[in-house]
Order: sequence, then C-alpha cells, then structure tokens
Amino acid sequence: MLEVKGITVRYSGLPVMRDLSMKVEQNQTVGVVGANGAGKSTLLKAIMGAIKLSAGQILFNGQRIDRLRTEEIVRLGIIYVPEGRRLFGPLSVEENLMLGAYTVSDEASKRRNLEYVFELFPRLAERKRQAVGSMSGGEQQMAAIGRGLMSSPKLLMLDEPSLGLAPLMVSEVFETVRRLQREGDTTVLLVEQNVLEALELSDWAYILQTGQIRKQGPARELLASDEVRQAFLGL
Amino acid sequence: MEELGIQILKSLVSGLLMGLVFALVALGLTVIFGVMDIVNFAHGEFLMVGMYTTLLISPLLGVDPVLTLPLAGLVGAVLGVLCYFGLIRFLLRGPMIAQLFGTFGLMIFLRNLALLFMGSEPRIVHQGWLVGKSIVIGPGVVLESTKLAVAVLSLLSFAVVWWLINRTKVGKALTATSLDAEGARYMGISTELMNALAWAVGGASVGVAGGLLVNFWPVDPGVGLLFTMIAFATVALGGFGSVRGALVAGILIGLIVNLPPVWDAILRSIDAVGLRGLDIHSFKYTMVYAIYFLIMVLRPQGLFGWKQ
Repeated sequence: MLEVKGITVRYSGLPVMRDLSMKVEQNQTVGVVGANGAGKSTLLKAIMGAIKLSAGQILFNGQRIDRLRTEEIVRLGIIYVPEGRRLFGPLSVEENLMLGAYTVSDEASKRRNLEYVFELFPRLAERKRQAVGSMSGGEQQMAAIGRGLMSSPKLLMLDEPSLGLAPLMVSEVFETVRRLQREGDTTVLLVEQNVLEALELSDWAYILQTGQIRKQGPARELLASDEVRQAFLGL
Repeated sequence: MEELGIQILKSLVSGLLMGLVFALVALGLTVIFGVMDIVNFAHGEFLMVGMYTTLLISPLLGVDPVLTLPLAGLVGAVLGVLCYFGLIRFLLRGPMIAQLFGTFGLMIFLRNLALLFMGSEPRIVHQGWLVGKSIVIGPGVVLESTKLAVAVLSLLSFAVVWWLINRTKVGKALTATSLDAEGARYMGISTELMNALAWAVGGASVGVAGGLLVNFWPVDPGVGLLFTMIAFATVALGGFGSVRGALVAGILIGLIVNLPPVWDAILRSIDAVGLRGLDIHSFKYTMVYAIYFLIMVLRPQGLFGWKQ
C-alpha cells in the first residue's frame, strides 16, 4: 500500500535520513520504533510532503506522492495524527472533529464517522462543546485520533500517541488502536518511543536508528530477539 | 450647561457612527493579520481604491453610490487576491523585514498609480440618496443620514464576516489555518487557498468601507495613511486577529476621537479664561496614539487577546 524507496532527507545540508526504505501492507499495523531523534517523525512528515526529499521516492497504491502537496496527499486517504496532537485549542471538540472531515463532502458519511468516533470515545461526546485546549492530555489524544478517523482514512499514521500521557491513558490509546485493527479496514503506521507496547501491537516493525533502518521483521520476532530486548527494553 | 449636554450627546452619536467606519476598515486588517501574521501597510490604499470605485462607477452606471457597494467590495477582493498572488506569496519566503518593506512598497505603488490616473484633487460623491440628508434626533443633535447608513451597513458587513468565519466550513478552515497552518494542512486544508481567502475577505471589507466613506469623506490618492494608522491602532487595541475586538475597538476609537469637543465644551461652560486658547479639538488623532501607546505598554495583547 505504502512504499518508501530509498529516501534521503537533509536538514540544512546535513542528512538526517539516508537511503531509507520501508513498506506498509494493506490492513497491517506497522510499527516504527526507535530512540528520540532517530528520525521517526521525519519519516512521517516526509510521507506527508511536509519535508522535501533529497533523493528517493514514496508510492501510495502505486502512485508517486513525493511531489504532491500535503493537502493532496490527505485527499488520497493518508491521515497523519501529529506528535503533540496539534489540535485547534480554542475550537470545540466537535469543531475539531469536523475539521478532520474537511475533505469529505458527503454529509451522511461525515455523520456516520462522527457517531463512530463518539462511540469509540464516549468522553468526546460528553464534551463535544468544550474547547479542546481545556481538556486533559489523554482526552486531547483521543480527540486527535478521532479527528484523524473523521475522513475514513486508508492509512492512519500515529506519531507518538502515548507521549506525555498518564499510564492509564497510554493503555487506553493502545486499546483504541487494537479496536481499530479488529473493526476497521484502516491500515495503521504507528511511530512510538514506547517500544514494548508498539511491538506488541504491530504486525511488522522497523527499528530506526540515526535515520536508518537498523532492523526489521515481524513484530513478535523482534520482541523476542535478544538484541532488541537488550537495546530497547533493558531486559 | 445645556450646551455641554448637547455636545456630549452629539459627540457620542458621531463617535459611534465614525467608530463603526473605523471598525470596518480595521476588520480587513485584522482578518489578514489573524490568518497570516502579516502587517499590510497598503491597507489604507485598498480603502482608497474602494472610494474611487464608488466615485467613478456610480456616475458611469448611472446608479446611486450605495448600490455600487457590492462592486467596491468585489474590486477590493480582487485587488486583495491579486496582491496576494502577485506579491505577498513571495514576500512570505523572506524574513519579516521583507514583508514590512514589501507592503510598504505596495502602499507607495498604489498611491502613485492613483495619482497618475486620478490626479491629486480631493473628490467626493456629490449626489445620491445619502448625500446631504439628515435626521434631527434632538435639539442641536443632527444625524447625517450618510453616517447612519454607513453605520448600519458597517454592522451588516461585520455580521457577514462573523458568519463566514464562525458558521461556515470554509470559515472554520480559515480559523484552523490562523491557529496552526501546518496542522490545518494535515486536515487537507490548503494554506495557500486560505491565505488568498483572507486577502479576499480583507480586501472586500475595506473596499466596502471605502465605498461607504466616500459619501462623506473626500478621496485623494493620499487618503489612506490616516486610516491605515487608525486601523493599526484599532487592531492593536482590539487584539490582533480578533473580529470582535476590531468592532469594539473601532467604536472606542470613534468615541475617543469625538471626546475633545466635549472637553472644549466643558472649558467653555466653566468659562476657564486661561484655557480658552487651548483648543483640544485639534489634537483628536493625537489622543488615539496616546491610547495606542498606553495599550502597547499595559496590555500588548489587546482587549480581546492575541489571536484568540
């Protein structure tokens, strides 16, 4: 579904990502894990067209998307739930969700998606008129994921959804991803620092280090390998 | 003492009416600033273009000046969009100082263009439904019908812009872009399109303001500066990017400008001989800047906050 082919990204001349290739297959959950500064967010932003590539290609369902503008990529069905959520703070929960459906013109599917999000996160329904900026971090993360689901994405990319959340909220966020796997036909690309949880959730995983893929494989196998257990899980 | 009472009433009425014009001029500036964080020095020149539009189109089409307002709005919107795509878009890539000089240059360009085509002669609408008519609402208090109509139409324009921003999908997208342009792009909202829309809405509202203003204020190529400066003070007072702030601050500034005649009346009524020569009336715009200065020192985010 998504194919990243040998991409290089430079920040003011310095390569922060070199010749990186990866794949996401339909209906899979793919995890990208790695330490802070490994280039995880850079990868997602490059896919979104928010960062220009110095080399390489990105294909979505066979179509090249690395020359498209962000809003065109969104219309193809790739939705990015950014790190730090980037909600529109003074606007209400419902307004934020409806902005997630900006590219959807069919009113009926908008309503259906809103109902689905409210069912997924009942707390958002209770607080739909509240300014999203006044909610707790966990509730905001729900709003951000909910907003991402409003356009029935083909590929949902979650950037550090557990960052800065209380442990209870972290497990709720991951529980939601599990539910999406079970119920939806959404493909998920999950970027996480929380290596253990991310590997448990994913079908396939990539371990990223200083802008390059250090290791890849079925998530279960990576989780069991000594190298990963020592380097990331401290076991 | 009776004279004082009348003077107060008069000042309040004309302050309110003039304030609504100031508010409408500031509205366009605050919308553009809110979405793009860019200060448009040529804003008063947009007003001038709106004024000339009504002045020239009305006799050309043989219709009343009031009926040309939608055209003045349209010309303002087109001018805004042209400036955005022809100039501002490129300025955004440069540093802040490029934006300042860029819109300053645009101001000088438009002003000289007007000088070339229109000459330096001040001109005003001489006939129309609104010109020269007035309503007497009390002894000595005369409401000029031009200013009354301007006030009503100004409020109407505010209502339209408020509705557009707060009640429509595209308005929500505009708000989202002004809060976080990159975040909005991840929703599929084109920043380029929203910027152009902000310039269209800003240009349209100041164009309408110009079309209204020319009914009682003569237009010449240099008319913009005073209104640009007042609009800056209004936007700073109301809070950058706040539509509600522009309305409230515009009215406040209108009242402030009309305060000095009250002072003069007070001086006359208490017959303060020593102060007779001091005609505070001449300092009315100075007071706007004194207040502007105070606001900048005491409450830099303006009355209605910074953007939100």
